[in-house]
Amino acid sequence: MIGLDMLWEPFFEFSFMRRALAGSLALALAAGPLGVFLILRRMSLMGDAMAHAILPGVAVGFLTAGLSVTAMTIGGIVTGLLVALLAAAVARLTPQREDASFAAFYLVSLGVGVLLISLRGSNMELIHVLFGSVLALDDSALMLVSSSSSVTLLALALIYRPLVMECMDPLFLRSESRMGPVVHASFLLLLVLTLVSGFQVLGTLMVVGIMMLPAAAARFWAGSAIGQMALAAVGGVLASYAGLLLSYYANVPASPAIILCAGIVYFVSVTFGVHGGLWLVARQARARSLRLSRIPERE
Amino acid sequence: MTAMTLATAGAPAASAIELDEVCLGWRDKMAVRDLSGCFRKGSLTAVVGPNGAGKSTLLRGIMGWVSPMAGRIRVSSGSGSQLAFMPQKGDFDSSFPISARDFVAMGSWRRVGPWRRYRREELERLENSLQAVGLGDFGRRPISTLSGGQLQRALFARLMLHDADTYMLDEPFSALDRATTEDLMGLLMEWNERGKTIIVVLHDLELVKRHFPETLLLAGQGVAWGKTQDVLTPENLHLARHLCAGDYR
Repeated sequence: MIGLDMLWEPFFEFSFMRRALAGSLALALAAGPLGVFLILRRMSLMGDAMAHAILPGVAVGFLTAGLSVTAMTIGGIVTGLLVALLAAAVARLTPQREDASFAAFYLVSLGVGVLLISLRGSNMELIHVLFGSVLALDDSALMLVSSSSSVTLLALALIYRPLVMECMDPLFLRSESRMGPVVHASFLLLLVLTLVSGFQVLGTLMVVGIMMLPAAAARFWAGSAIGQMALAAVGGVLASYAGLLLSYYANVPASPAIILCAGIVYFVSVTFGVHGGLWLVARQARARSLRLSRIPERE
Repeated sequence: MTAMTLATAGAPAASAIELDEVCLGWRDKMAVRDLSGCFRKGSLTAVVGPNGAGKSTLLRGIMGWVSPMAGRIRVSSGSGSQLAFMPQKGDFDSSFPISARDFVAMGSWRRVGPWRRYRREELERLENSLQAVGLGDFGRRPISTLSGGQLQRALFARLMLHDADTYMLDEPFSALDRATTEDLMGLLMEWNERGKTIIVVLHDLELVKRHFPETLLLAGQGVAWGKTQDVLTPENLHLARHLCAGDYR
């Protein structure tokens, strides 16, 4: 029977579904706003790069302590920041641009990470790291993702003003204060923190999706940075909820289902969004050509 | 070089910025060589020269973003003395989702910092500077919808809100129509009359001759620095072009 109670029944019935919902909602609330800033800074691929960069550290944590949340988290944060520093150093010291040096480092990281995990782990464990285990979140994973999200949101609020300035007019911030590098570094730190905690939920490959897709979608609905951040969080929450239901009823893996739903949010926004969505643009174009056709042609 | 020292030595007022045998550059490429002289307090100076003459680098050196390879740059540290910088158009993201008012409000940074709230007095200043540049009715518009001229007006409003002692502007009038240029030039002269030191990188020599009492002609090194009519002579301009062209050979 199809009924409204299908929308909440799985979460009442199964505690693993409740945990999955709590974990993915916490992640979505912090990831969306971070994604908005990545897009505004034209660093959309940075999220991808960092998500891969944490992999070797996670692998080393896994090699030394098995599937322990603490070990993998510490390892991930360390290599994530290390790769960010190295890539920035290469970009500064050589003529190579930052995006290219990031690409180089994250591809190497991905190779090293997968290789390290395969040294000791089974294929199952590799899949766990790459695609997460949202349906099997234990207490420590849940604690990690909810506290890292809280810290991220608080810190974003704290550095919001200089962060906006650093995004849109870095020279101005530089002429006014020395906070620029501190703000940039804190932002990277928050990014790594969220990715590392998010990989427990969605896996290193999928966590970027919940960060970038709702943020990219929000751009079509809100004209201010704050509005986009709020909508990105909301979009991520909706996608997580819908994705878990999809996974439950269609019996498909949860994290790809969540990203798929985020993708639907994105495509709906591209099509119907009020800030430059396709539908609107097409309507404006038609109205324009109608107006033009009404102008009588000169003899 | 002697002509330059003579021209500045005649000025009785104190100097806002002093350059002493300054060499500036990026990596191994030197953009400005052995530049000496000073910007007087309360002066209105145009910095002109061919492309690649080191004009923007000089401003960045004065701001302290490029440290001199040799020589010294002294910025006088009077009471509350500060430098304010106005970036070139491509230096900031004009598609960022922010309203014109919020953009201009950045100019209050020295007083509000990262956390303090905008008190009534600060908001009044903000409104005043929007009015002064003719953007009174455009505060709520996102900056991405502003025309080039309106965006430039917003930059001027932000600078005005900043209220520094020395303003440095990097090509503020490029690609603006004549009316907007005259409007904004009027603002600069008004600020100058109120005692602000103003340094502007410019291309339009006619504008320089009309409005700027002093000029620094750069071409990888100082060609001439002093009263505008003494600096912008055909011989000096020819020399500047010659010096810069030589760089590429």
